[in-house]
Amino acid sequence: MTTDQRRLSQFLWDFLCSLKLTMFLLITLAATSIIGTVVPQGSPPPEYLQSISETKLKLYQALGFFDMYHSWWFMLLLALLSLNLVACSIKRLPHIWKTITRPMVVMDAGLEKTLSNLTTIKTQEDAGTLRDRVAAVLKAEFAKPAITEADGAFHLFAQKTPWCRLAVYAVHLSVVIIFIGAIIGSLFGYKGYVNILEGESVDKVISRSDREIDLGFAVRCENFSVAYYDTGAPKEFKSILTVLENGRPVDGYNRVPIIVNNPLTYKGITFYQSSYGKAGEYQFTVSDINGGNPVLLTVGSNSSARLPDGSEMHVLETTPDIATYAQGLSGPAARVETHTPSGKTESFIVYANHPELNVQHARHSGGPLIHYRGGEERMYTGLQVAKDPGVWVVWLGCLLMVAGIYAAFFMSHRRIWVRIKDGTVTVGGNSSKNQGGFRSFMERLVTKIKDQLAMEEK
Amino acid sequence: MTSSLLFNITTFFYLMSMLAFFAFIATRVKALGVAGSAIALGGLVLQTIAIGLRWKESYALGVGHAPLSNLYESVVFFSWTIVLIYALLDLKYRYRVIGAFVMPFALMGMAWAQLGLHSGIEPLVPALQSNWLLYHVITCFLGYATFAVACGISVMYLIRENHERATSASDRSIVATFPSTRVLDDLNYKAIMIGFPLLTLGIVTGAAWANYAWGTYWSWDPKETWSLIVWFIYAAFLHARITRGWAGGRAAWLSIVGFVATIFCYLGVNLLLSGLHSYGG
Ligand code: HEM
Repeated sequence: MTTDQRRLSQFLWDFLCSLKLTMFLLITLAATSIIGTVVPQGSPPPEYLQSISETKLKLYQALGFFDMYHSWWFMLLLALLSLNLVACSIKRLPHIWKTITRPMVVMDAGLEKTLSNLTTIKTQEDAGTLRDRVAAVLKAEFAKPAITEADGAFHLFAQKTPWCRLAVYAVHLSVVIIFIGAIIGSLFGYKGYVNILEGESVDKVISRSDREIDLGFAVRCENFSVAYYDTGAPKEFKSILTVLENGRPVDGYNRVPIIVNNPLTYKGITFYQSSYGKAGEYQFTVSDINGGNPVLLTVGSNSSARLPDGSEMHVLETTPDIATYAQGLSGPAARVETHTPSGKTESFIVYANHPELNVQHARHSGGPLIHYRGGEERMYTGLQVAKDPGVWVVWLGCLLMVAGIYAAFFMSHRRIWVRIKDGTVTVGGNSSKNQGGFRSFMERLVTKIKDQLAMEEK
Repeated sequence: MTSSLLFNITTFFYLMSMLAFFAFIATRVKALGVAGSAIALGGLVLQTIAIGLRWKESYALGVGHAPLSNLYESVVFFSWTIVLIYALLDLKYRYRVIGAFVMPFALMGMAWAQLGLHSGIEPLVPALQSNWLLYHVITCFLGYATFAVACGISVMYLIRENHERATSASDRSIVATFPSTRVLDDLNYKAIMIGFPLLTLGIVTGAAWANYAWGTYWSWDPKETWSLIVWFIYAAFLHARITRGWAGGRAAWLSIVGFVATIFCYLGVNLLLSGLHSYGG
């Protein structure tokens, strides 16, 4: 490496280790995240796109504002955050690790100067007795001390929960683990939806990116129902689902009720109650104006059918009894819409019990003669389907984060040193957190030691 | 006795408590500070009973659920958590004067709820029928409340710091009754040390619930995003204290900005933006 290269990599390393970068990243992430809560995400509704100018639209698109949480610059910020986190930890961890595994067991002059909880006790007792008595107090009140003999003095050292110094790093690691879980989920999982008619089954679902996904098994909707409160507000949406393998119900997955907040999971794929609706199938007879060449036609509520003359027809609405809408008429009726090959669109009503009106319309429009025969309507349940193999990694990260934050904030590494030399007992200590609480603990401890030694204080 | 009447009395208690604290600052008569704390505590007890009563009333109406299901109930609960956190801080540290900067938040909440919000007890919509609602709302709101207290403390910090810079230390003005900037900075940190883990738990329980109910633990819904924004700000606060040039005044500002973001997360998102969360009323 040349000096220039070395200088550059040193600069990069210092940059990645700097807490100023941390502050910048956290504040920038907070500030930029606002954008996606104001600008509609995904494919924004057309009304919104009409209300912003052309240049703004181009700019927003270029900056990824319509999917900003997945835009390159937001990902870059998150990646920098992870790098910053890891670099900072790598830089500090060895020192912390040494503090934990190789504690300073001797209080020398340098350490003594840094301690704010320091007491000196003068006594006539011989050093061996002092050592044993102080050790007994420490063991009873705090932790069993390690005893070292050096420079004609006894040194006692005791500590509590040294490992909680690692808690901060566990928190930081947890952030990285959560990111990993999220990446696993986005690579190997999917989110989708499916509508199932009562009595029907499906073995494929549509992903949010419009991909068709094979489930590897089938799900049948046995029944869908809505319950209401007395006020008329909905109380419960419920689907009864059965999982089928090779067409046969799976044990334990037969007629399982699922409601909002209570999904069904099978083979890592979860089905959530999300929406519902009504779907119908309607029958028509289409013929020449004089009734020749009759054809039976079935049209679903979400599809259209082609008529013999090339027109497309779909059903707008139906009623089992037209009498509620039109006096003097009765029986089933359907409002349909047709699009002729020449581009003409027409909507009209066809009847089951009034063929003469259907003939009248056909004569008038010049199109084929259409009779309505009636229809059948069924409920369908709308399910969200999700598979996320990364979710357990995310929960692991969350658990580590919560436990880590708890340990980082509410536990402290407390250390106490005692030096016994020439009839002088020097007690000192420090704590990584909660200084106030530690100070009063030290005061009580020193009182106990004095009681044990019964001596005068300098 | 109905819960509604009790809530009105609670509001009155919080008003009196706040006035007592203001009088305490103005006159420095110790008894007024003690009265402020005592009245706040009394109000807290009343409000606790009232919340329990409202819970019971919902069962009597046949739609039993914890009183956390709409904007009115959540604002009332928010006020309750603010006074709770303040009371704990007061019992532990006894810096009475902080009440003057915290009780206004509790009073504002109660006054708004009692005067401006629809207080009827309604059945739970299907999306909220889950025990997760309880864990999620309680952790979030306890977190929000400590941020409210931290915000009050930060305002005091900035006033005191400003004052120290401008005048001599022997000054006997109102501000001299405030704890020192060092103590305020420490209290601010202590409050956020409680609030940050609670907010983290709130976000995690929210994610767990979302995953359970909708199959996605995170969908960048505006409410989720704003809670993350708040979380980033307080994470920045925690690091500010160990960063040279950021400790002290700038950290206090971060705490205030954090609370503004918290309020936006809680109310602004529902009133101004759209999303999955239902406290819109
Ligand atoms: C860019 C990323 C980050 C970097 C470089 C970073 C770095 C640091 C450093 C150097 C410390 C001080 C450790 C010590 O006292 O020895 C710290 C403390 C801490 N960090 Fe981070 N951090 C980052 C992001 C985060 C995030 C996202 C969280 C979210 C939970 C977090 C939570 C904490 C906590 C709770 C502490 C302890 C603070 C205290 O004791 O007051 N950090 N961080």
